[in-house]
Amino acid sequence: CKGFFVAVPVAVTFLDRVACVARVEGASMQPSLNPGGSQSSDVVLLNHWKVRNFEVQRGDIVSLVSPKNPEQKIIKRVIALEGDIVKTIGHKNRYVKVPRGHIWVEGDHHGHSFDSNSFGPVSLGLLHAHATHILWPPERWQKLESVLPPERLLVQREEE
Amino acid sequence: MLRGVLGKTFRLIGYTIQYGCIAHCAFEYVGGVLMCSGPSMEPTIQNSDIVFAENLSRHFYGIQRGDIVIAKSPSDPKSNICKRVIGLEGDKIVTNSPSDFFKSHSYVPTGHVWLEGDNLQNSTDSRYYGPIPYGLIRGRIFFKIWPLSDFGFLRDSPNGHRFSDD
Repeated sequence: CKGFFVAVPVAVTFLDRVACVARVEGASMQPSLNPGGSQSSDVVLLNHWKVRNFEVQRGDIVSLVSPKNPEQKIIKRVIALEGDIVKTIGHKNRYVKVPRGHIWVEGDHHGHSFDSNSFGPVSLGLLHAHATHILWPPERWQKLESVLPPERLLVQREEE
Repeated sequence: MLRGVLGKTFRLIGYTIQYGCIAHCAFEYVGGVLMCSGPSMEPTIQNSDIVFAENLSRHFYGIQRGDIVIAKSPSDPKSNICKRVIGLEGDKIVTNSPSDFFKSHSYVPTGHVWLEGDNLQNSTDSRYYGPIPYGLIRGRIFFKIWPLSDFGFLRDSPNGHRFSDD
């Protein structure tokens, strides 16, 4: 019984702070994730440790708490970081400069994605994890690459 | 000799990890003690007061109007802000200053809250950076531990007029 009090906090801390897995739902990240639609959902590895200091790169696929519904997590690609200027699709402003402490995220499947084009830049505080690999189904085992669609970013902030 | 030292070291690391994990679970899911700095919540909370925060309300989505919350700063995720919840999603918020001739208001969007410090003259809050997503809230501050002269549950807002009647 003593082992229980050791194992549970360690396991919970690991899942909260190091890594966990999650099944991806929806079509907003097609074709990178869930290309088969609802027939087979990808299961991804979510790495919390990599984002413990809120460091992300353009092109990373990340999970975050939805700004419109705190009970839900959404998975999207980072298109722009603070200071960048984005050319938006369907947003009320044609160009948006990403404010300090925020990022701009989009699903790969434009038009089928509830992302920053709908809710604007998101605060880094909502960042949950970095999706690094697809673990299931076995035929889709792969490392997820950080690829930035080139036409999305208008102006990149000057790196110091 | 070396094996004894190695054994002791591993046991120490083991205990550190174990208690570190228990501390993480306690703070993440139950609550913890915090020190607040800054003047934005005066007179309810003064600079360097020590308070107790509980994190259960956030997990059960039970944060209410009038609660004092600790949240991640929207412009700097590594720092925390301590403010009172003035409006929940759907509430009407008066956005003009009392001195303005024309009254203006806006509605708090879904999934967001409107925060204001009790010290309205000296607080950077939603009147400056807009409503913040509920997901940034870390916990609810409900009890003051220090200074002892002010020990006890926290008072209601001195700015009752800021709360919507709707």
